[in-house]
Amino acid sequence: MEDATTMRDKSILGSAPQPALVQVDRLGVSFATRNGTVQAVSNVSFQVAKGETLGIVGESGSGKSVTSYALMRILDRAGRISSGDMTFSGIDLVNADERTMRDLRGREISMIFQNPRMALNPIRRVGDQISDVLRQHAQAVGSNARVKSIELLKIVKIRDAEARYNAYPFELSGGMCQRIVIALALACRPRLLIADEPTTGLDVTTQKTVMELIVELTHERNMSTILITHDLGLASSYCDRIIVMKDGAIVEAGETSELFASPKHAYTRKLIRATPRLDSTVRELLLEDLATAAKPTKAARATSDVPILQVTSLTKSFAPEIAKRSLWLEKLIRSKSIKPPEAPLAIDDISFSIPAGGSVGLVGESGCGKSTTSSIIMRLLEPTVGSVKLNGVELTDIPIKSFARSTYRAQLQMVFQDPTDSLNPRFTARRVIEDPIRMLGSDEDRKCIEERVEQLAERVGLPVDLLSRFPHQLSGGQKARVGIARAIALSPKLLILDEPTAALDVSVQAIVLNLLHDLRADFGMSYLFVSHDLNVVRLLCDDVIVMRAGRIVEQGNASEVLASPQSPYTQTLIDAIPHPPSLHAA
Amino acid sequence: MMQDHAASATAPDTVHETVAHVSAVDPETTRPASTGNAFAHIVYVLKSNPVTLISFGLFGIMIIAALLGPYIVPYDPLASNSAVRLQPPSTDHWFGTDQLGRDVFSRVVVATRLDLFIAITAVALSFVIGSMLGSLAGYYGGWFDTISGRMIDTIMAFPLFVLAMGIVAALGNTVENIIYATAIINIPFYARVARGEVNIRRHAGFAQAARLSGNNDLRVLAFHIFPNALPPMMVQISLNLGWAILNAAGLSFIGLGVRPPTPEWGIMVAEGAQFIVSGEWWLAVFPGVSLMLAVLTFNLMGDGLRDMVDPAQRT
Amino acid sequence: MLGSRTKTVLQRLWQALPVLFGVIVVTFLLTRALPGDPAVYFAGPAADANSIAEIRKSLGLDLPLPQQFLIYLGDLSRGDLGQSLSTGQPVLTDLTTRLPASLELTFAALFLSTMIAIPMGILAALNPGRLVDHACRLLVTMGVSLPTFFTGLVLVFFFYYLLGWAPSPIGRLDFAYLPPPHVTGFFTIDAMLVGDLETAWAAAAQVFMPAVTLALFTLAPIARMTRAAMIQALSSEYIRTARAAGLSSRKVILTYALGNAMLPVITTLGMVFSFTLGANVLVEKVFAWPGIGSYAVEALVVSDYAAVQGFVLSMAILFVLVNLLVDVIYTLIDPRVGSEA
Repeated sequence: MEDATTMRDKSILGSAPQPALVQVDRLGVSFATRNGTVQAVSNVSFQVAKGETLGIVGESGSGKSVTSYALMRILDRAGRISSGDMTFSGIDLVNADERTMRDLRGREISMIFQNPRMALNPIRRVGDQISDVLRQHAQAVGSNARVKSIELLKIVKIRDAEARYNAYPFELSGGMCQRIVIALALACRPRLLIADEPTTGLDVTTQKTVMELIVELTHERNMSTILITHDLGLASSYCDRIIVMKDGAIVEAGETSELFASPKHAYTRKLIRATPRLDSTVRELLLEDLATAAKPTKAARATSDVPILQVTSLTKSFAPEIAKRSLWLEKLIRSKSIKPPEAPLAIDDISFSIPAGGSVGLVGESGCGKSTTSSIIMRLLEPTVGSVKLNGVELTDIPIKSFARSTYRAQLQMVFQDPTDSLNPRFTARRVIEDPIRMLGSDEDRKCIEERVEQLAERVGLPVDLLSRFPHQLSGGQKARVGIARAIALSPKLLILDEPTAALDVSVQAIVLNLLHDLRADFGMSYLFVSHDLNVVRLLCDDVIVMRAGRIVEQGNASEVLASPQSPYTQTLIDAIPHPPSLHAA
Repeated sequence: MMQDHAASATAPDTVHETVAHVSAVDPETTRPASTGNAFAHIVYVLKSNPVTLISFGLFGIMIIAALLGPYIVPYDPLASNSAVRLQPPSTDHWFGTDQLGRDVFSRVVVATRLDLFIAITAVALSFVIGSMLGSLAGYYGGWFDTISGRMIDTIMAFPLFVLAMGIVAALGNTVENIIYATAIINIPFYARVARGEVNIRRHAGFAQAARLSGNNDLRVLAFHIFPNALPPMMVQISLNLGWAILNAAGLSFIGLGVRPPTPEWGIMVAEGAQFIVSGEWWLAVFPGVSLMLAVLTFNLMGDGLRDMVDPAQRT
Repeated sequence: MLGSRTKTVLQRLWQALPVLFGVIVVTFLLTRALPGDPAVYFAGPAADANSIAEIRKSLGLDLPLPQQFLIYLGDLSRGDLGQSLSTGQPVLTDLTTRLPASLELTFAALFLSTMIAIPMGILAALNPGRLVDHACRLLVTMGVSLPTFFTGLVLVFFFYYLLGWAPSPIGRLDFAYLPPPHVTGFFTIDAMLVGDLETAWAAAAQVFMPAVTLALFTLAPIARMTRAAMIQALSSEYIRTARAAGLSSRKVILTYALGNAMLPVITTLGMVFSFTLGANVLVEKVFAWPGIGSYAVEALVVSDYAAVQGFVLSMAILFVLVNLLVDVIYTLIDPRVGSEA
């Protein structure tokens, strides 16, 4: 690595007062596909100074990840750097041979990824995986590697590090795995860390601790960081400078505060507006001209005193899977060694109600029981104890098997989390929307059904000629619209929204949230909005319920809960979500 | 990286999602909607892959030989003629003659019908039974899953060809029993594929949505989930047709099932085997090559069949 | 950690029991399902009405089915698979004397095919779209399409009739040699044990063609699975992490990718063993190999059902044991196995 340092000294001759550690000039990356060459990244230039944190922000398909893979030269076989220059502390990364690159990777430039569980070798002890890196870069030999690895585990704040050395990834939580990946990345004290969506897929509270760990360790070592994310909020909280990418090119770059105060490019403005802030309204998520063109938000309907949904003392326990599935023989040998664990309660004594025409948010992290609750209300899952009343009618009296054809089925509908997963790949959009009408509607006439489907499509903003397409021929936003059209096809009284925008890009999320907002007023529906994100829930809901580990920790008026949470857990949740600076303050 | 790349390469429309008024129409209405009727799609699949086209062509020839074989062959496949014993291929006898002077070409062509019949009937039987068992087990789970699973494990615990031998030996040496034996040993493959494919989709969003639309469990299974298990099942069908035909020929090779003088590829190879060491190769080689081509055809058809039933292949 | 592994292994052993029981039930039912009167078959073609009735009684065929099953279980526990009509020996004796020949052939074939298929699958996965990949695909497609008995004949035609390289395709050893003293029952190994290299060579030459025939058949599934598993492993995210951490390609490919890719390959090997046991029957007939497969075929020809059913049962038991072994190996390699159950 002596070469690198001498070369770095030479590069000081450049005019910049603080020499850039990373210099990327007019980078182009292309992929060979069956349909010819696709330019994934073109003409991208940026630099990262020593100790600086640069954010690369963009929606899916913007080329932000490909850029970082090109920088590390770990593009897959089909990908190729087609043009441009990249230097790292004076070393020409485009023309460096594989040996040089291998020495740089892990030692000078490191990377952490999303899906930490998948990023670790599933059948190798996590400690050994760290030792592999130490040995590769001659940072340790023999048993020294073990000692050094355990030290690293302690640095990333893993308790009981010695025992954890021998753990396999499947034995650790997602947050733990991400700490291991961080330990692996920082093992050789690199000068640049590339973090590719490092918190995506983790729970909100874990997200915060992981981000803070990264910041703490990189600052301590005066490292440069490139943070790649789709989340403007995250970028604004942690980055010195931000570049915004779209369709493989940079649309705007600048100091973080400047970028948010006066975004120059229309796309940046759109992104910034679409990212929910602490004080934005649902209309403000759309660009100015669209927001003003939209109908004024209607005042919520006069809510009557009779609740549309009344949930009382709902409890659900899942019998341990083992006991249910295994044969008597297996039980026989098991019973000697382990007793079946106490069945944990998925939800524990939950009561709440939704007023007619009202909208309630159900918020919590994964595993808090919010999905179990919504499945029970939808009558897809039997509660252990408790009552669910729709308009005063006890739903749990109707057996699940016959509920499919009951008159209440049509009144209770749902919009699902993942628009791709929730559309049958073999059905056209038209068939998806007409399925509930055919099964439960009163229209028998083909012509009537056809007209009804087209009305619905128009109402949710789906062009009628797209109705003949299969899901894979539709974009994410269009699929979401199909799912919504299906859910409102029977004019339900209560619509459960199960993270309806979690799989969508922010700009599409803004549109879908506005659509849902308008539909509620037009159709006089009530909403139960299930989400992990208090801030998104707030946009659509009058009231919120916060759940944790199967129990309700707080409920009340949405803006009040957000402004002055009573429970420390709610406070943690609110703090955990990074927000871009307020629009109104700017 | 694949995620980003894939998105940019295959779904350019997702990145063009523009902020429009919520009730307004999406900008991209210009792209022609390609509903494509089923026939057009089949033509498209055949055109897009030459291997598929060739395999379907060969399959067509086999079907023609099976249907018309007995009417178009130059000689009676059973007529022996001691004057022309063991003659090598010539213009009179394209594939030569056997030890009884029968025309090998005629026998090979006529045998197509019996071999295809055994394979297709056996696979159809095991597909219907296996996919029903597997779908129900995958969807409902519970005791039915346990019992059918144990039954399938038991079948799979036998080396399959050996089990087929045992079944034919026990039930009796007839063509029907060959079909039953072949069907039984293939059931586990369909049951397992169907169980797996149904099980992973049991709680999929679209299955839940179908329940919310008022479909009962049986409808959800039959009309929403099962059709999605078809593409991998099609690959299995094509592989199994190959195995079934090999299995049947193998059984007759060791003297089970079809009996001489009936023309059948396996039995013809068996009869020709003793002449190989003395150099009369054509007796065994032509039926053997036909058998091989038939299996090859079935194996190559798999991908094409899958693409034909998979709407995701429609562009 | 070790405790839970041992438990998983024990559990696998328990799970094999119901399957083994199922296998015995199926074989029993096959014995009783003989068309017409089983006693007629067991009595042989020369029997008269009296001796048939006697046989029926002695076989317990006049008893109710569950009772017959108990008797059958009792016989099995004493290792009694009945008498072979054609050899006059107990079926178990026949099978045990002939088993080494079949195992020698099977192991030789599996050794050949894994030695070729696994490296080939790995190379194909490392060079997708290149020559080795196409060669691998061609071999896989051909391998599954070739009827084993036909491949055997083609090999005999070329290497024995045309080229004269191979010895006469009959049996385990040319008539010129005496079988080596019995130790393992594998002629090649037994001959080497007594230092008789000439006989060992002759035995190896004899096993070569049938082994190649079987290997061609088993290459395809192993190569295909190795290639697929390796491609999947190489495109997984932990490989990306390993590469981003600068690990050498040797380490990435051999330790990280291959370690994971071997798991499905081991399962495939179990399946392939089953195919091989079935294909053995055909190959042994082609090469007049005196194993249990050809024993079963000879028995079939003379309707010697006790021998056939004994063969089916012992094959199934052998295969259950192999699968058990595969399961145990898998459990020892994959740390995740114990925890998900």
